[in-house]
Amino acid sequence: MTAPWSAGEEQQLLPVARSSDVVQVRQMIRTLAQQCRLSLVDQTKFITAASELARNTLVYGGGGTVRAGAVEKGVRRGVAAVFADEGPGIADVELAMTDGWTSGGGLGLGLSGTRRLVDEFDLVTEVGAGTTVTIIKWAR
Amino acid sequence: MVKRDVAADLVALLSAEGRDVAAEWAQRASGPLAGRMSLLALERELRELYTALVEALRQGAADVHAEQMSEVRALLTELSRSRARQGFTPTETAVSILSLKRVLEPVLQEGSVEEAGSYFRLGLLLDDLSMFTIEAYTQTREELIIVQAEQLMELSTPVVKLWEGVIAVPLVGTLDSARTQVVMEKLLQALVDTGSEQAIIDITGVPAIDTQVAQHLLKTIVAVRLMGAECTVSGIRPQIAQTIVALGIEFGDIQTKATLADALQLALRKSGVDMVEHAGGHR
Repeated sequence: MTAPWSAGEEQQLLPVARSSDVVQVRQMIRTLAQQCRLSLVDQTKFITAASELARNTLVYGGGGTVRAGAVEKGVRRGVAAVFADEGPGIADVELAMTDGWTSGGGLGLGLSGTRRLVDEFDLVTEVGAGTTVTIIKWAR
Repeated sequence: MVKRDVAADLVALLSAEGRDVAAEWAQRASGPLAGRMSLLALERELRELYTALVEALRQGAADVHAEQMSEVRALLTELSRSRARQGFTPTETAVSILSLKRVLEPVLQEGSVEEAGSYFRLGLLLDDLSMFTIEAYTQTREELIIVQAEQLMELSTPVVKLWEGVIAVPLVGTLDSARTQVVMEKLLQALVDTGSEQAIIDITGVPAIDTQVAQHLLKTIVAVRLMGAECTVSGIRPQIAQTIVALGIEFGDIQTKATLADALQLALRKSGVDMVEHAGGHR
């Protein structure tokens, strides 16, 4: 999946370099999710997913950026966020997406759980080149 | 000795004959501050700076980082700090320095070519000085923010006693590893101090529970259990519950309740206190 935005939609870009940046990302996503009229449950799910991925970008990717904004596809409206880093990449994506598996000290639910929290999930990674994760949640 | 001469020219420019440059400077600088600072205080501040600047130039200071400028830098840092504390904007802070340019502007029309050249060089110097001011300003602000963040961390984690033997921690905001550490320490200490056997962690004020927050929470609960106490998590709102399920976080045999009231009731029952409601009782 390339960038989820067609022309003309505004996006915001935030760096993820410190753990305090994760809080900022969460606040940006919250504002966006509210603007796009996601339900309270969907808002919380999307914010949690973003928080999860932002932390992955920081901890495993060694820092990166988050680009987020409203998306439109036909009559559907939603929020999209792209998390990009230039870290070591993921060697075995299937393993990384397995519940309970972690290379760090976490619960091992970040990636797999995030996929269940959003409507669209796309992970592009190359060992040594970095990882880009795109998520979308559509308003109902 | 060219540098020396340049500096001497600048001194000549600054100590224009028949004019009280420092007073004019204060007059100029007071405009943008819109009466939030008395002219007298401003003049005292700027006159001190002016004297130091002239003195530094007289000693042949070439730029902001020159050794002779140390007095000027100290004064500027002081100025920026007080401005930052009083809530002035960076622009309002820098303009105090830059307005000296405006004071000397007539030189461009009335003075000689050499004087205009000096004016230009002084302008560059003042730009650097104002840049220095902004840097000092930002640093002060950052220090303030760090102090406030620390205070907030202390403030936002109170441990309250709800009943004999029952304590609670109402969590508000994000739970990162630093906060978890504070919460855990306070909670465990409070368990010892109050001799409580029931602890309640209320997460009504936590906006989102991701895997890291959950992990911190689980660790805290395990620590409480190790101390021989029981721990209940309360304040789980519907959207949080759904998110936790979707993420796949297992809370296992940890006791959870929707509200703090439910958790208190449970804790009381476990510690053998019966709550009796009287029909028609006085409220």
